[in-house]
Amino acid sequence: MARIDLEHIRHSYLPNPRADADYALKEVHQSLEDGGAYALLGPSGCGKTTLLNIISGLLRPSEGCLLFDGEDVSDRSTQERNIAQVFQFPVIYDTMTVYDNLAFPLRNRGLPEGEVDRKVREIIGIIGLADRAKRKARGLTADQKQKISLGRGLVRSDVNAILFDEPLTVIDPHMKWVLRSQLKQLHKRFGYTMVYVTHDQTEALTFADRVVVMYDGEIVQIGTPDELFERPKHTFVGYFIGSPGMNVVPVSVQGRTAHFGGQAITLPGAPEGSMTGPVELGIRPEYVRLGREGMPVTISKVEDIGRRKIVRASLEGKEIAVIVGEDGEIPAEPHVAFDPAGINIYADSRRVELGG
Amino acid sequence: MLELRNVSKTVGAEEHIRDVSLSLQHGTLNVLLGPTLSGKTSLMRLMAGLDTPTSGSVFFDGEDVTGQPVQKRKVAMVYQQFINYPAMTVYENIASPLRVAGEDRQAIDRKVRKAAELLRLTPYLDRTPLNLSGGQQQRTALARAVVKNAGLVLLDEPLANLDYKLREELRAELPKIFAESGAIFVYATTEPQEALLLGGNTATLSEGRVTQFGRTIEVFRNPVDLVTARTFSDPPLNTITLGKKGAGFRLEGGVVLPAPEGLEGIAEGNYTIGFQPHHLLLERPTAGAVSVKAKVTVTEITGSESFVHLDYADARWVMLASGVHHFNPDETIEVFIDTRHLMVFDETGRAVSALRKLAA
Repeated sequence: MARIDLEHIRHSYLPNPRADADYALKEVHQSLEDGGAYALLGPSGCGKTTLLNIISGLLRPSEGCLLFDGEDVSDRSTQERNIAQVFQFPVIYDTMTVYDNLAFPLRNRGLPEGEVDRKVREIIGIIGLADRAKRKARGLTADQKQKISLGRGLVRSDVNAILFDEPLTVIDPHMKWVLRSQLKQLHKRFGYTMVYVTHDQTEALTFADRVVVMYDGEIVQIGTPDELFERPKHTFVGYFIGSPGMNVVPVSVQGRTAHFGGQAITLPGAPEGSMTGPVELGIRPEYVRLGREGMPVTISKVEDIGRRKIVRASLEGKEIAVIVGEDGEIPAEPHVAFDPAGINIYADSRRVELGG
Repeated sequence: MLELRNVSKTVGAEEHIRDVSLSLQHGTLNVLLGPTLSGKTSLMRLMAGLDTPTSGSVFFDGEDVTGQPVQKRKVAMVYQQFINYPAMTVYENIASPLRVAGEDRQAIDRKVRKAAELLRLTPYLDRTPLNLSGGQQQRTALARAVVKNAGLVLLDEPLANLDYKLREELRAELPKIFAESGAIFVYATTEPQEALLLGGNTATLSEGRVTQFGRTIEVFRNPVDLVTARTFSDPPLNTITLGKKGAGFRLEGGVVLPAPEGLEGIAEGNYTIGFQPHHLLLERPTAGAVSVKAKVTVTEITGSESFVHLDYADARWVMLASGVHHFNPDETIEVFIDTRHLMVFDETGRAVSALRKLAA
């Protein structure tokens, strides 16, 4: 496995890009650690697939270079980069058995049959197809075929990295849980360098040690799942991570107090440095407490989604979401309070540090 | 009202749909929830008239429409793949069912613009679908379904190919979009969370059978059998088979899991106990919990919550704990089963609580 350095990479699909807007990928300058599990997360069109294709070698970036363990691989093909890839749709040989499909990448590299057998048996157990080893892939269901694709991605231990492009989209929810936790266990055991592209936030957050959130061709934050949840650096991260996303309301701040309409909200600290641009307060629905004290709200809707309730309420004329537990009560005269631990302040959409 | 009466569909030797009876009312949203190949699409095709049942009949507003082809019914369908006419503009795509119906130009223009407004497509009316994002393409397909003024709207995993923020938005909008039409909505999904977010009614499907039909939250809270409970749980339902003796079920090491209220008196013997991942707790609640020791296999962290995968005896469980928790693989930890929310199933998989309520 290898460390991957992305050095000043930019990419445009246009022949003569000039302005920033011409780039599908604005500047990316980032290292992916050897043995790290990274997820690239963002809305469609954010550049995540472009970035993945640059790492795999399917795409030559317009500018910048790519290093594997310090060696420039920008001009090498996917095969020369020694990378395993798993795509959204199964890439397998229909006429081969499940066993032979998994053995193929190993035999291709001239591994002795004993070694091939040991690896294939291990992987076939992990993907849960041991009882179908001798069956032709053709007769299998779509998700079984996708499991073979996953298996083929994992079977070689000599690759520099394994890249996943929406690998679980066609898998049923229950099987997703199984495969995801197995991927995680495999990662812990073998220390693969993994890069995983998905539009599913649970998948990204649970798979990765570090999540790379992309928006409009740029990396807006790289962090652990809890950093993205607790301290979104950009209001976009607050909105995009979490369901429902972070509540963002316009405020004016004086010292340790934020004023929102007629309300005064005490902050955990005063903003450090000066703030330019519109100032906003962000708080996740999980940190808004519904009760009989605090700021009065009008409730427009309560969605009971089983293990919790999403309450849609209007505070100072602005709609906010509040999360209440399964057995939580909705008071007759509802009020909300913001838990200071969950408050973030943004100036021009970027997070401002709050001092003591 | 759309009524399916003992509908079955056999293709070759395979039974795709087995004896389904359902009544769906105008102005309601009805979710078909089940894994791939459970029969959701087959059932929708029967509802639409794209397929004819092998046995049983289909009634629409009291009229037997069993053999009637889809062209003669007022049905609109939206699929997972974004299906639009690639060479036509968004405007023409939305207008197409109205042109087929022979409506006059002014009426067409009025309806297209209204639907475009509703689905926020007004700025894109002159573009062709391939120059739109996935979300906009699916909005175009939805707009076409809206203008059709169909009595029955079938949505087959319509949001599955969209990213989750777009799904969140469209999911919230869908009921509003169709609310004024008074149509019957049927929405197929594999995801329990999606069913819960949509609300309305849910029919759970397993191997071509409807296992339960009722208000979505009711089906989730009171599944009539183990198959339904499993279908409606994501993360997967935690289960364990235990012997009942006296007023409780016997766990390892003589620990007793007390039977839920009202079930203390059920016969002794083996039962499957089920509970949701969020009813396995990391901290002891004030009351109503039993402590067990389980071995961690892997922990998944979402940033606000942790999914802790556990081995207990022969069972494999998932705990959904709020907050971020790091455990080492193979670490043994103490967890608490919230006994207030236990589901009890007999050896045939029927919910015991449901039987008791039926008998009462």
